[in-house]
Amino acid sequence: MTDTTTDSQGVRPHAGIPLEHPDAETAHATERAVFGFWIFLMSDLVVFALLLATYAVLLKGNSSAPGPAEVIELAYAFPETLLLLTSTLTLTFATVALREDRARGVYGWTFLSLALGAGFLALEGAEFAGLINKGHVPQVNGFLSGYWLAIGTHGLHVAIGVVWGLILIAQFWIYGFCPAIRSRLVRFSLYWHMLDVVWIAIFTVIYLPGSLVS
Amino acid sequence: MLGRLSWDASPFYGVIPAIAASVVVLAAIGTIVLLTVMRRWRWLWSEWLTSLDHKKIGIMYVVLAAIMLARAFIEAGLMRTQQALGAGAGDVGPVGAEHFAQLFSTHGTIMIFFVLMPFMTGLINFAMPLQIGARDMTFPWMNSIALMLTIGGAGLVMASLVIGKFSTGGWTGYPNFTGAEVNPGVGPDYWIWALTLGGAGSTLTGINIVATIWKERTTGLDHLMWMPLFCWTSLCTALLMIFAFPALTVATVMLWLDRTFGFHFFTQGDGGNMMQYVNLFWMWGHPEVYILILPAFGVYSEVIGTFSSKKLFGYTSLVWATMAIAVLSFTVWLHHFFTMGASANVNAIFGIATMVIAVPTGVKVYDWLLTMRHGRLRFDVPMLYAVGFIVTFVVGGVTGVLMAIPPFDYVVHNSTFLVAHFHNMVIPGSLFGMMAGATFWFPKAFGFRLDETWGRRGFWFWIVGFYLAFMPLYVLGLFGMSRRMATYLHPEWQPWLIAAWAGAGLVGCGLICQAIMLYVSIRDRERLRDITGDAWDGRTLEWLAPSPPPEWNFGARPVVTGRDEFGERKLNDEAYPVPDRTAYRDIEIPANAATAPLIGIFAFLLAFAAIWWMWWLVWISAGAIFLLVLWRSMRFDLHRQVSAETLYQADMAHRRTILAHANGDIGSGAPMRHARGTEGYLAKERREREGQA
Ligand code: HEM
Ligand SMILES: [Cu+2]
Repeated sequence: MTDTTTDSQGVRPHAGIPLEHPDAETAHATERAVFGFWIFLMSDLVVFALLLATYAVLLKGNSSAPGPAEVIELAYAFPETLLLLTSTLTLTFATVALREDRARGVYGWTFLSLALGAGFLALEGAEFAGLINKGHVPQVNGFLSGYWLAIGTHGLHVAIGVVWGLILIAQFWIYGFCPAIRSRLVRFSLYWHMLDVVWIAIFTVIYLPGSLVS
Repeated sequence: MLGRLSWDASPFYGVIPAIAASVVVLAAIGTIVLLTVMRRWRWLWSEWLTSLDHKKIGIMYVVLAAIMLARAFIEAGLMRTQQALGAGAGDVGPVGAEHFAQLFSTHGTIMIFFVLMPFMTGLINFAMPLQIGARDMTFPWMNSIALMLTIGGAGLVMASLVIGKFSTGGWTGYPNFTGAEVNPGVGPDYWIWALTLGGAGSTLTGINIVATIWKERTTGLDHLMWMPLFCWTSLCTALLMIFAFPALTVATVMLWLDRTFGFHFFTQGDGGNMMQYVNLFWMWGHPEVYILILPAFGVYSEVIGTFSSKKLFGYTSLVWATMAIAVLSFTVWLHHFFTMGASANVNAIFGIATMVIAVPTGVKVYDWLLTMRHGRLRFDVPMLYAVGFIVTFVVGGVTGVLMAIPPFDYVVHNSTFLVAHFHNMVIPGSLFGMMAGATFWFPKAFGFRLDETWGRRGFWFWIVGFYLAFMPLYVLGLFGMSRRMATYLHPEWQPWLIAAWAGAGLVGCGLICQAIMLYVSIRDRERLRDITGDAWDGRTLEWLAPSPPPEWNFGARPVVTGRDEFGERKLNDEAYPVPDRTAYRDIEIPANAATAPLIGIFAFLLAFAAIWWMWWLVWISAGAIFLLVLWRSMRFDLHRQVSAETLYQADMAHRRTILAHANGDIGSGAPMRHARGTEGYLAKERREREGQA
């Protein structure tokens, strides 16, 4: 028996990475990074699941006004949803462009996705400002605490995503399309898509039932 | 500017707090002076704190655990003294009620978050990559950050001794006792932020462990069922960390929002729901107890196999039992609050689910026993802990199953019966496992074994002390004594509490023996030298590497062809073949990173500032962390090259040492105790040499 193994052996291919790898080392590096990021996303999803579960618990026990009937409107949530879902599509175009090495496509689509994300944040900001004006702040009761925290945590994630995306664009600009940054864009897109999934859950658990009560 | 920090936060509200604070301050000053006088700052910084080597990070975790164990044990001793003297009304005993509450809160929090968590994280970090033939963890930088966050959390608990007070809400921190109305001070905030930093570190570590086991296994270990059992338990533990810790984070963040910004998650009125906190806490809390015990199960499996000189009996069943425990651990959390008022059916379901976990655990116990059967048993210190564990753990398991019966739990809930039960699980279960693991892998980490005599003394004090300290608590619990009581009006309890106090004293002697063991071992390190790297006639890959292993672990990564690879190689006289030069390639190993400890420092500052409401400092620290991460993301030269030739020469040198040792040329002071592999190999080489002659 001899001790032979190369260091890049043990790469277990990971489906769904929209990148071509120049060599085994890069492939390995990308795969472990993307795999680790998947695990992180799972952990993050548990956070959102628990926020929504807590929201449901607090909703049920809430006796004091205001309740969902006074607070929840679809007027903001509907365009917000459209913006966010579209941004997922445009970001997918960005990763396709990345795979095909079309620099302008990558810049353009990523930037558009971030702009849509920023639009989402602007609408959400307007929604929150409206709530504050009406005095519907999280300090009022358990329902509002749960509402603000669940939606706010998602919004915070989107905001972080926008900053991250801008940094990525800058890094592409400075360092060119090197493997490390390519792999970051792949992870960023996973993150962004997850926020969509989370939003759909929020929409289903918070907005839809809430709007049905009113 | 300083938020709510003022002179009131000084520790001069009592004699014992003042002494404790002085000890912390003096220890800090002493360390700084010592490092300066011995000119060790640079060494500490560049050899340890900035190192991304998984072995060094593992060792630092264990050092942290040892320091915190000393503190938490002193607190346990204080509590035992208080209760031994606490019969009667009013202020009897040395410790006031308020301070007693701080003591059990810090003791519990430290023991769980800053003793057992870093201890097991450290052992996994150290041993698991070696066992799978990897060069490092998948994310070395993140590994270091996780360590630094954990140290930051522990630092907060230490800081609370000097500046302000720690929580009095127990390690579980239930509102509304920890809410802003009842507890407006900084105590619960210290608790929240210590947990937050520790929990963030644990989540990162969990991700890292899973990625490492999944992505870094050496050739041959595609057969997962060939992995050492410790890797399996590490994997399951890490999965639990990933999925359970979010619950703790959510619970503590909500509590913090309630306390700091007047939210109403868990408040008494305004639509808050305290029971939801309890739910969230134990959704994390029950998996957490398995996070603490599974790595210990892994260590016991390695130890029992090695010191029985046998392959593990029922390896496959051990793997499946581990996975079953991991999954089931998410289905039982309600047994921590049977008395909260869920319906009888709900209680019954969770009671049964709890008892079901006893089944895979029982499977494990039988597997260990059957491994020992017909084995060539060697009772070295790690094995003593393992045997002590099997016997004692069964007692704790039985009391656990008792409490899984809701009607029984109604009687003993929150009594000292419970205190006895969980100490019965965490001490002989988890802590003994960690100590066994530390003794087992110590020679691998430092190149010499721990002194056997003092190690044995330590073990016997620990186990006898444990029985004496905790068996009386079962009795007292059945008498009706509640937990967390500083004083009591039942003089008939006192003899039992004095016995428990004596038991804690014996445990203290055990700790002293272990300290002496460390001193004696360092002093006599030449006598205890582990020359071959195979200190215990080991069976798994880590014993193939030299002790201590080089930064890259293996010059050429070993190829695995079966379970207990190294043991098999020794049986076949193939343990130390002549290295094949063509198998070596240039490799990259991670360069040191100063960003990780800096992030740790700023995370500590952020938490400290949030506790004291110094919001400007919160923002500055957050900004600094952001910039550090950004800076790191723009550096691409993060590796150091090691040439194939270097690797090859190192392996050749190691092999020469082994042969010289087997020939008796070196290491006369430390005869290799179990030289199966080398003896056979040597005979073969002699034959060959004679054949040539
Ligand atoms: C070394 C010997 C130890 C002694 C003598 C000891 C003693 C004690 C005592 C006297 C209490 C307070 C009991 C009460 O509330 O009436 C306590 C609580 C506790 N101990 Fe230990 N302990 C030891 C080790 C450990 C270890 C290794 C752990 C690891 C997890 C641990 C975890 C806890 C926890 C979680 C609590 C509950 C704190 C609370 O009430 O919130 N202890 N211990
Ligand atoms: Cu439990």
